[in-house]
Amino acid sequence: MTEITEVPSPFCGIGADDLSVQVDGNSVKVTANGCTVNTPAFEQSITDTSARVNGEEVSLGLAIAKAADLLRASNQPIMGGCASDVNGMRGVMAVADKAGAVVDNMNFTGARRNFLALQDTGWMNTTLAEIKNRCDYLLVVGVDLEGFSPRFFERYLWNKESMFLDDTSNREIVYLGKAPSGNASTSPAGVSAKVLECADANLPEVMAVLRALVKNKKIVAESVCGIAVSELQTIAEQLKATKYSVVTWAAGALNFDQAELTVQMLSEMVKDLNTVDTRSSGFPLGGKEGDQTANQVCGWISAYPARAKFSAGYPEYDPFLFDSAVMLENGEADALCWVQAFNIASVPPKTDVPTIVVARSGMVFDKEPDVFIPVGTPGIDHAGHAYRLDSVVAIRLKKLRHSGLPSTAEVLNAIEQAL
Amino acid sequence: MLIKLTGGTVYDPASGIDGQVKTLFVLDGKFINQPPAEMPIDKEYDLKGKVVMAGAIDMHTHIGGGKGNIARMLIPEDHRKDPVYRSDITRSGCGHAMPSSFTAGYRYAEMGYTAGFEPAILPVNARQAHMEMADIPILDKGGYVMLGSDDYLLRMLTAKKDQKAINDYVAWTMNAAKAIGVKVVNPGGINAFKFNQRQLDLDEKNAHYNVTPREILQVLATAVKEIGVKHPLHVHGCNLGVPGNVETTIDTMQGIGGLPMHLTHIQFHSYGTEGDFKFSSGGAAIAEAINKNKNITADVGQILFGQTITASGDNMRQHANHGFANPNKWVCMDIECDAGCGVVPFKYRDQNFVNALQWAIGLEIFLLVDDPWCVFLTTDHPNGAPFTTYPHLIRLLMDKSFRNDMLATIHPEAQKMTTLASIDREYSLQEIAILTRAGAAKLIGLDDRGSLGEGAWADITVYTENTDREKMFEKPDYVFKDGELVVVDGKVVHTTWGTTHIVTPEWDNSVEKSLEKYFDRFMTMKLGNFKMSNDEITEDGRGSLTAHSLNSIS
Ligand SMILES: [Zn+2]
Repeated sequence: MTEITEVPSPFCGIGADDLSVQVDGNSVKVTANGCTVNTPAFEQSITDTSARVNGEEVSLGLAIAKAADLLRASNQPIMGGCASDVNGMRGVMAVADKAGAVVDNMNFTGARRNFLALQDTGWMNTTLAEIKNRCDYLLVVGVDLEGFSPRFFERYLWNKESMFLDDTSNREIVYLGKAPSGNASTSPAGVSAKVLECADANLPEVMAVLRALVKNKKIVAESVCGIAVSELQTIAEQLKATKYSVVTWAAGALNFDQAELTVQMLSEMVKDLNTVDTRSSGFPLGGKEGDQTANQVCGWISAYPARAKFSAGYPEYDPFLFDSAVMLENGEADALCWVQAFNIASVPPKTDVPTIVVARSGMVFDKEPDVFIPVGTPGIDHAGHAYRLDSVVAIRLKKLRHSGLPSTAEVLNAIEQAL
Repeated sequence: MLIKLTGGTVYDPASGIDGQVKTLFVLDGKFINQPPAEMPIDKEYDLKGKVVMAGAIDMHTHIGGGKGNIARMLIPEDHRKDPVYRSDITRSGCGHAMPSSFTAGYRYAEMGYTAGFEPAILPVNARQAHMEMADIPILDKGGYVMLGSDDYLLRMLTAKKDQKAINDYVAWTMNAAKAIGVKVVNPGGINAFKFNQRQLDLDEKNAHYNVTPREILQVLATAVKEIGVKHPLHVHGCNLGVPGNVETTIDTMQGIGGLPMHLTHIQFHSYGTEGDFKFSSGGAAIAEAINKNKNITADVGQILFGQTITASGDNMRQHANHGFANPNKWVCMDIECDAGCGVVPFKYRDQNFVNALQWAIGLEIFLLVDDPWCVFLTTDHPNGAPFTTYPHLIRLLMDKSFRNDMLATIHPEAQKMTTLASIDREYSLQEIAILTRAGAAKLIGLDDRGSLGEGAWADITVYTENTDREKMFEKPDYVFKDGELVVVDGKVVHTTWGTTHIVTPEWDNSVEKSLEKYFDRFMTMKLGNFKMSNDEITEDGRGSLTAHSLNSIS
């Protein structure tokens, strides 16, 4: 039995790297600093150790050859999921380039709301350490932050010491839209967050009014979608009066039409605040199951985020047309390679096209895929790199045990070679 | 493997060879003077009438790191204009302003470049910089780690820590980030922006730390010298792009007290305030200051007309310039109590007075600096222009009548504000070889690159003489990387993986004690998880690290 400390997690997105684990053969137990996201993800046991073709156990080599056959026979394959570490995503890119596939990260339809806003007007954003040391006012828009990340408040807001705040418990927390699911946002001094609730679908209107108030526009109405304009006026004034406000949101949680306009509205509001003699930054939440990793790696290898198509012989980007779910539904794709090294519950979409699954050991299928290759999990079975939600910090994942499972990269690079 | 390169006209400033006909031998990737008598020659290339130089080295090019990837994500419309097809031996990608990593490697190699150095590696983003560069084929790479706006250093200065402690921190950071140099960007200014300061002059104090840019430059330039790093402190000065900044730049040079210092993209720091538009050239004054101060070197950061994107650590100045964004979108980030970045698309236009004069100022500096070992050919890719414009820039330097033809087409008021037409100088091939090979290798501190002399690695570029220097330099006949033929007639024929150049200065282990405390109190990761290990670069089987020598420390 070995004890490993300072273990970084690729699961929670916030780059927690203070976990302690006990490893006994293939079993991992989180003994310190676990949470409801990380502990089960680390402790998930290994069940499958051999590859399968049509449900029959076969050698890894045979499964790789079969996968290559299916991709070769396809006119428009899809590399879906794209949930792995940096090397795994490099493997996805290599296969896609050779097979002329579409690369589509499983969280892209949510992340698209951010990319559309970024590519239209841009933003001013910040990272975790700046929040931890500077943020004196946090506006949470349309997301249950502690539900998204159980340890966010503990690690980045209620930290005992900060370089630039005399007392971190004086930070103000305001929720706009969704209310928090628990009390993590209540300060150590016992002050609970201010919550202005509205339905998700009303956020565009509420955010528009808030930005207008920041810009000193006159609002005649007294309330907007059930929120008093005077309350929003107070927020606008506080945003301008504080030294370093942060506005956070999760694109995946903004589940309504044209939510990119809401992302844009709040990002432009942050820019506005930086012209009225204060500092403010946005902070998009994400980073789970390798989504930032997929976008970063696809970004430097193709120059586009992780929804790109390679069938023309060069990368093309279309955040709508290359939505793999839509392509499969419309019969525009004829093979699927689903890559998911983190989460056994994240199974491939239902489809009748030939399906290859390169996924974490233990995934259970309604319909057995043509090829299933169980792989190790980055940060447990092999070392690697994963991006944190702020897309700036790539954490160095550790190898915790010798399971003998191949990495995503090993499998995909072998498929690429066999093509 | 023994290769013979027969009868080429060799320009190798590192060996003092200026246009002499000479046969070169390469054994297993390195130059040898004479092969052993009996050894058979595996391959001979007839280079009679050809121009032979070492592989070119770009000493300042933004090819790896977070801001470059933000730049890529920001401008899909720019990529769509330049798709790059996959081939049997090369990967697909996109080109133009901020190319994809594979495409960057191919295009550099196809212009005869065999190494590129990322000048702005944030310590906390070092993994990304190295991972991106690991996906750049053929080229050797490396980078300069950014310090000067990190809260740890500023806290040390406020606490009046001694120079020795700062030296240890700088050396430790270089090792942790796998760097070959140290860069400072808008010294303390990126940090000041987080405290809502919108400008920071050389002697202006950071509102929180009471530290000035001058003090930061002094301690960092001293540290770099005292830990023996050959590459002088790499400085992106105060007030980038601000009319009148020529005074600040000259003050920066003179104020460093003779310590070695490299001023980067100095064109952006060479502006006066004369004339109807209150914007004038400080090119002559800057060149004169470089000529006088032997401790100073500079790369130009030439602008060339067209669409590009600017990606800089200087979010204070990038934010100030966001109004010029074209197309109108931009990103600024504050990063991890470490630094920041700003990404702003730009379209430099020859009929815009300011842009036209910027173009002329860069050329004035190139042509008025006497010693070609003190000036370096850059566009600050992609900030002044994409690196693919280098052959055009070389023609502007080598061909006076071409230069004057171009000058005649720019904004007429800008023509009146530059002395360019009166400058007769034309760069020679040997001088170009100094700017882009021997000088760059010496400045970076590469022991065995940028030369065709015995013992050097055989990075070689072979050109066909052409009076149209743009045509000549954009399409070499052959490029060899470590003795392997990678380019023929300007096209990649074979791909290899270059090494990562670093230095490993020593530090006192006690530095980790206070760093560990700082990380546990204020940072978001453990110190042990922050430091990059060597295997992060080498474990994929194609990356490698090459550590270069240090100056002896007295
Ligand atoms: Zn630069």
